[in-house]
Amino acid sequence: MTVRIDTTRLASTAPLPTAIDIDGDTYRTNREAQESYLDELRTQLDLARAGGGDRYMERHRDRGRLPVRERIALLIDRDSPFLELSSLAAWGSKFTVGASVVTGVAQVSGVEVIVIAHDPTVRGGAMNPFSLKKTLRALEIARLNRLPVVNLVESGGADLPSQSDLFVDAGRIFHGLSSLSAAGVPTIALVFGNSTAGGAYVPGMCDYAVLVDGQAKVFLGGPPLVKMATGEDADDEELGGAAMHARISGLADHFATDEVDAIRLGRRIVSELNWRKLGPGPSLPADPPIHDPDELLGIAPADFRVPFDPREVIARVVDGSRFGEYKPDYGTSIATGWASIHGFPVGVLANANGVLFSEESEKATEFIQLANQVDTPLVFLQNTTGYMVGTEYEQRGIIKDGAKMINAVTNSAVPHLTVNMAASFGAGNYGMSGRAYGPRFMFTWVGAKLAVMGAAQLAGVLSIVGRAAAEAAGREFDAEADERQRQQIEGQIAAESHSFFVSGKLYDDGVIDPRDTRSVLGVALSAIHSNSVEGRRGYGVFRM
Amino acid sequence: MITSLLIANRGEIASRVIRTARRMDIRTIALYSDADAEAPHVREADEAVRLPGVTPADTYLRADLVLEAARASGADAIHPGYGFLSENADFARACAEAGIVFVGPGPQAIDSMGSKTHAKDLMRAAGVPVLEGAVLNEGASREDLLAAADGLQFPVLVKAAYGGGGRGMRIVTAADELPEAVASAQREAQSAFGDPTVFLEHYVESPRHIEVQVFADTHGHVVHLFERECSIQRRYQKIIEEAPSVAVDEELRQRLGDAAVEAARAIGYVGAGTVEFVMGPNGDFWFLEVNTRLQVEHPVTEMITGTDLVEAQLLVAEGQPLPEPLLNARIDGHAIEVRLYAEDATDGFRPTPGVVNALVLPSGPGVRVDAGIDADSVVSQHYDPMLAKIITHAPTRELARRAMARALLETRVDGLTTNRDLLLGIMREPEFAAGMIDTGYLTRHDPAELSSSLTPQLLGEHLVALTVIEAGERRADRRHLPGVPVGWHNVAPPPSFAEYRCGDQEHRIEYRFDPHDQMRAEAWVDGTSHRVVFHRELGDLTIDGIRRGYTVTRHGPEAVVASARGSVAVTDVERFPEPGSSEAAGSLVAAMPGTVVKVDVEPGDRVSRGDLVVTLEAMKMEHAIRAPHDGRVASVGAQPGDVVDAGVVLAVIDEDEALSDE
Repeated sequence: MTVRIDTTRLASTAPLPTAIDIDGDTYRTNREAQESYLDELRTQLDLARAGGGDRYMERHRDRGRLPVRERIALLIDRDSPFLELSSLAAWGSKFTVGASVVTGVAQVSGVEVIVIAHDPTVRGGAMNPFSLKKTLRALEIARLNRLPVVNLVESGGADLPSQSDLFVDAGRIFHGLSSLSAAGVPTIALVFGNSTAGGAYVPGMCDYAVLVDGQAKVFLGGPPLVKMATGEDADDEELGGAAMHARISGLADHFATDEVDAIRLGRRIVSELNWRKLGPGPSLPADPPIHDPDELLGIAPADFRVPFDPREVIARVVDGSRFGEYKPDYGTSIATGWASIHGFPVGVLANANGVLFSEESEKATEFIQLANQVDTPLVFLQNTTGYMVGTEYEQRGIIKDGAKMINAVTNSAVPHLTVNMAASFGAGNYGMSGRAYGPRFMFTWVGAKLAVMGAAQLAGVLSIVGRAAAEAAGREFDAEADERQRQQIEGQIAAESHSFFVSGKLYDDGVIDPRDTRSVLGVALSAIHSNSVEGRRGYGVFRM
Repeated sequence: MITSLLIANRGEIASRVIRTARRMDIRTIALYSDADAEAPHVREADEAVRLPGVTPADTYLRADLVLEAARASGADAIHPGYGFLSENADFARACAEAGIVFVGPGPQAIDSMGSKTHAKDLMRAAGVPVLEGAVLNEGASREDLLAAADGLQFPVLVKAAYGGGGRGMRIVTAADELPEAVASAQREAQSAFGDPTVFLEHYVESPRHIEVQVFADTHGHVVHLFERECSIQRRYQKIIEEAPSVAVDEELRQRLGDAAVEAARAIGYVGAGTVEFVMGPNGDFWFLEVNTRLQVEHPVTEMITGTDLVEAQLLVAEGQPLPEPLLNARIDGHAIEVRLYAEDATDGFRPTPGVVNALVLPSGPGVRVDAGIDADSVVSQHYDPMLAKIITHAPTRELARRAMARALLETRVDGLTTNRDLLLGIMREPEFAAGMIDTGYLTRHDPAELSSSLTPQLLGEHLVALTVIEAGERRADRRHLPGVPVGWHNVAPPPSFAEYRCGDQEHRIEYRFDPHDQMRAEAWVDGTSHRVVFHRELGDLTIDGIRRGYTVTRHGPEAVVASARGSVAVTDVERFPEPGSSEAAGSLVAAMPGTVVKVDVEPGDRVSRGDLVVTLEAMKMEHAIRAPHDGRVASVGAQPGDVVDAGVVLAVIDEDEALSDE
């Protein structure tokens, strides 16, 4: 469907101004901090890209096989964007960063798809609990956004020592593939190597299967297992080779002579899907921001307690830096307004001062309802320490107002995109469409923190509670022990609030360079428009 | 008076004749073979008549069809151009019998010059110096051959007795090479001119090819229009001509001119003709032959004398006296002509027929282009592969040379391999610039070296430009998210790559656009890094600190990238080759479309490396296809007479096991 680009906004919405002084100390300090975070991120991503390490990578290449990221690079349209998801999965665990699978949103033959690709250099591509979570998240994104799935299969199956954390939920993979197919979302398997036991069902569950000659091994039981089970001496090519499956069992729709040929066939299959997106597509001018996105590194301070104006971020993310602000003079701790990203209309909610008060909650509630009225996706730019506490605010009904906002977020049906720019604490995380509220995509700036509250506050609260408990019990309060414990807890919480830790646990879809925000949101929005984009109706908009 | 003229030719010469005829209010009628149905000369003429078929023998050489076309279109006269029927006395005679004016000399003049031996006898009698030689008719025995060679001093030149150009020519340095050379020359002569008679003569070392333009009318005027030097040749065919010659002074010019006029008078010549001489380093010259037609290189004479030779031909054919500018011609400045051919100068001047995807020809003061093609023209394997002639005229040779170099730089014929780079290389080569030339010039100077106009650094920069420009175009053409940067990836991806075939070299270009500054990119050509900065226009690039405008044109897998420093034509290496498209090892493939002349092997035959397997004729040249290794003939895919396309497997030679076991 072709939508005419509506240029009236060019005249009606002025670009945001900027107050950033790129020669000033604040900018420089912020930028230095962000750049050091980015160095750390690069180190972690390098680890993920290295997969099983040089030795296994070399062995893999020596066998004439392509590393997983080169398979993906060949599969996707030349020079097209690739939004990799959950790159830091398994960070901080005993498993390799990246969790032996690469997932992402790609363009293949002009169709936006989800790619799920095993990295066979990491323990033969074996699936661990993080790989499972990552794969299921990718399938969920495919389902919610109606994206065809291309699996690049080469996995030895489950990481057997972790089977208790895997076996039951792994059934969701086959379930997911099958239900996608039932929903009319095509699924494709390109099998480059082992696909045994549970893995054998991936080509089995997909609508299309391509097997690579001499490499693909698709069977329920390999020769040793067959020998044990029946005493038969089986040859692995006859048991599950590409030629057998293409000519005898019919599991393979296409017999690929080599990996490049399999990718060629995969691209051909996608080109033949006759795929049409259901969303309206971009409808507004997609000119780049007038302020340089590179300056995003100098906006968020290293200390999340120092507030910043989110309009400086919006001005470097949205088309033409145009932001039509809603209720600019009311509830000023949250900025709300209309913009577009790569031509896709969005409503933006951005924390302006960390704390959410009653006015902010009501303003956000109204804005979410308005977006639903006009089927416009919402972008949440988080930088919140939560809803305001204190007698005055409790008496003015902060719980009721916060609940309205959370209610609105929960029952909003337009797609949500969430970016944690600096801080996401307390119920603010919920109100600003955190992970539990089902945003279609959720990303975290590298320096951002996420927890129930800040580490120092949490440690302080525990200390106060401890002192009160001691007093109530009539015990003497050991201030020295309390201080030790306070520091230990603060350290632990700080580590667990770190973006790598949060992303490692799959609480978001990835940690990003702030400068990539526009591209990340663009890819996500275009993916979202593969499905229909419709808001919640029923009541009119409640004026709060 | 001639009021309508049929042009019995094709290509640039047909266009050139039409141009003058139109100016003289003469109705023009073109002829076209099926291969030329959309050729420019057809559209430029007022009317045109089809000659069914494609080969010259079926079309432009069919005197009967040409006369029929002249009758049908009511033409008063026929201009034969050069080649084809231009030196066919029977045709000239048939025209006369049909009451149609043949624009050229009388049949007896053609006859007497058509045979080189007869021509020499006449010249000798007229006191013009000649080189001695011997004739071998069809069926000449080995004894005849040795007897003929006996009186000659080696090296000896073997060439077709009838016909012109370099077809069938061979140089033989020793007597034992003579039989094969003669046999081959005879075959080519038979194929090209319908007569296998060949001619042997002593070969002059370091010769210059000097020729004199003569012109005679029916009123007894015989003049010469000075000399042309055509020493730069490949395969005995001229590719660069100039006038006047640096090797000819006033005194020598007088002697050459007198000899040429004498020669023309000796045969009672009428119209435009050329007396060709070979000239030694000390200025001695010998008569070679008379060409009784307008020469390909006539424009250089026109440029320095300010005349129109076609106009003069038509006036003389009408029976009028030679026009004043010819009677009192003077030399004004210097002119150089180059012949732009569809051929690969780096691969034995292999003809490279194909489709012209895009065409840029030079223009400006002092630049003349006589072209036979336009964009989308098909350059057929059946005809001469000359695409166009570029002529520059300036007060001095040096300025004409420089103007030619610049004109060539501006010339682009996309889709075909041409000899442009060779011509440009010659223009800038010091010996050529100094006028130190002879017909051995291109054996002394490696054509491949002269053709390589780009240094590896420049080649790299052009490949980078091509790659990043096309990457930018692909981004803009993207169906989804055309605004997201080229190759954007939130986790550093492997660099993007492009692979091109450039001649027989393959190049891999890896590149990465700065994800946060799309005006910058880095690219690696075969591992060497280049830094790219973009400017507002996509083709305006700074690469490694030098800013230049680049243009890219693409047709399917073929692309050309050009800048003021030169151009590079590449073919994409297929990213996803269809399996089974590669041929069996030991396959001999036709490098160009052509006709199979001879097959020397049968399946099962043993062959040694270098043995002749198949002879292919393409664009009027014979190409020997030889065994690449010792082995046994596994299969033969062609028979004499087959017309084959480029890429067809002609034969498969299985390599000997002893070798393949390695």
